[in-house]
Amino acid sequence: MATNYETVIGLEVHLQLSTESKIFCGCSTSFGADPNENTCPVCVGLPGTLPVLNKKVVDYAIMAGLALNCEIAEYSKFDRKNYFYPDLPKAYQISQYDLPVAQDGQIEIETEEGIFNIGVTRVHLEEDAGKLIHEGTIDKSTGSLIDYNRGGIPLIEIVSEPDMRSPAQARAYLTELKKTMEYLDISDCNMEEGSLRCDANVSLRPVGQKELGVKAELKNMNSFSSVEKGLEYEVARQKKLLDNNKEVVQETRTWDEKLNKTISMRGKEEAHDYRYFPEPDLVPLEISREWVAEINETLPELPREKYKRFISEFSLPAYDAGVLTGDKEMALLFEETISYFNDPKTISNWIMSEYLRLLNESELTVSASKIDAEGLGTMLKMVDDGVISGKIAKTVFEKMFETGDRPAAIVEEEGLKQISDSDKLAEIVNRIIADNPDAVEDIQAGKDRAIGYLVGQVMKETRGKANPGMVNKMLREKVK
Amino acid sequence: MISRKDVEYVANLAHLKLAEKEKEEYTEQIGSIIDYVDKLKELDTENVTPTAYTVPMKNVLRDDKARESLNRKKTLANAPDKKNGLFKAPRIMSDN
Repeated sequence: MATNYETVIGLEVHLQLSTESKIFCGCSTSFGADPNENTCPVCVGLPGTLPVLNKKVVDYAIMAGLALNCEIAEYSKFDRKNYFYPDLPKAYQISQYDLPVAQDGQIEIETEEGIFNIGVTRVHLEEDAGKLIHEGTIDKSTGSLIDYNRGGIPLIEIVSEPDMRSPAQARAYLTELKKTMEYLDISDCNMEEGSLRCDANVSLRPVGQKELGVKAELKNMNSFSSVEKGLEYEVARQKKLLDNNKEVVQETRTWDEKLNKTISMRGKEEAHDYRYFPEPDLVPLEISREWVAEINETLPELPREKYKRFISEFSLPAYDAGVLTGDKEMALLFEETISYFNDPKTISNWIMSEYLRLLNESELTVSASKIDAEGLGTMLKMVDDGVISGKIAKTVFEKMFETGDRPAAIVEEEGLKQISDSDKLAEIVNRIIADNPDAVEDIQAGKDRAIGYLVGQVMKETRGKANPGMVNKMLREKVK
Repeated sequence: MISRKDVEYVANLAHLKLAEKEKEEYTEQIGSIIDYVDKLKELDTENVTPTAYTVPMKNVLRDDKARESLNRKKTLANAPDKKNGLFKAPRIMSDN
């Protein structure tokens, strides 16, 4: 009989913190500088230099810990993780071993299968390594070039419990984590640019078994979809091995985006023994409860809370709440717009259809776009008051998006005001009736659809500005 | 006491190639150092809080302000090998 297996996944996420200077020296963290321009004796590891901890880095780690419902350590310290690799100029990385800044947290995620709590083991601080450029491929190269600009950029590593049971859950966890960190505004969280990196531990075990199976560590996934695809591939690979009574080997595997498969890195790395020991060049951290409370004060409403509140407070469908809270700025725009036009669902519809379409087409972010709450709100109010038609509103909105002008000014300037003057409308309606005797006959013969045709003709004549309700009513009265 | 195996293991981690004679020598030397340090274990530390630090200092922090970096020429001045403003290291993979 075939065994049923349960998938067990844990994720390790590295996030670059958006500070101005590096974690242990005053070098700039700016992206795009020439190679090794942002370096100094501390971050290239010259002898005799001393690291000094950046306070903001600790603030951010505490913030991340609180957002992930962790306990913040009262006493924390740094340790040296020793290994040789050219991207590490000191031959050790300053990291945290047994006393991380935060531990024992959790985060709620939602997939199509339901709601799950994923444990967060720890959040610790460390320095990033430099960037290696191999001359040719890594296994055939004659040497590697090193840019230490990235070396010493502050990172937090967020380690999850092995609580995820499917690649879809892993993706949902990653999405929620990214959103949360974006709300905190402590990292760019850009996976393509490497400010968010993710490694995954994945194993299978027979359903009901407590002990974990042998795991593979998956690396090199540089998008959310490649995390999911890589994990799916790995689950299938391990299942096939187990089904054929073969063993899964504990190893690091790399995801190959082009080949769509994971490849063993066996033999490409030595057995790890990092010989952690306390970093003697840094003094310990004592994190007072006052410090934690101070940071707690600055914590914004988190995406998951906001999502739930949007559903309960504004009676939005879960889908809408998910889209709107997926971006902090968009959620803010939505809520602010309500104070100008109190119809949440209509606002949500406009944001999710017209606004998102325009953002995608122009590849702009919410904060970079020219739409603001006042503009969107007053425009929707103009539709509601019958000043402009819903159709014209789309034209007005596009103009607002393009120029940032106020809707009233656009309507005025372009002469887009809805025609609700009955004398003026009657004149046009009469003309259309006279020009379309066939349609009139059809209507009189009971073909109601022909009314729509005539309404269309009036709208065309007025370039969409006629009040469609009035036109409809007028036509019915006049033709019958 | 430590064994010759321990010395080989540590040498490997440190990327050191030791001659047979050296391994023997170091097993003895490192062994006696460890034995010496082991004397500390004789102390009664029952009521002593463990610490990793000897100086009574904590929370030495700096503000998040960027300052000028070192001139790149200087950064690279002592590099054994360099190319286009980058440090150059020998190939990483061993030939096996």
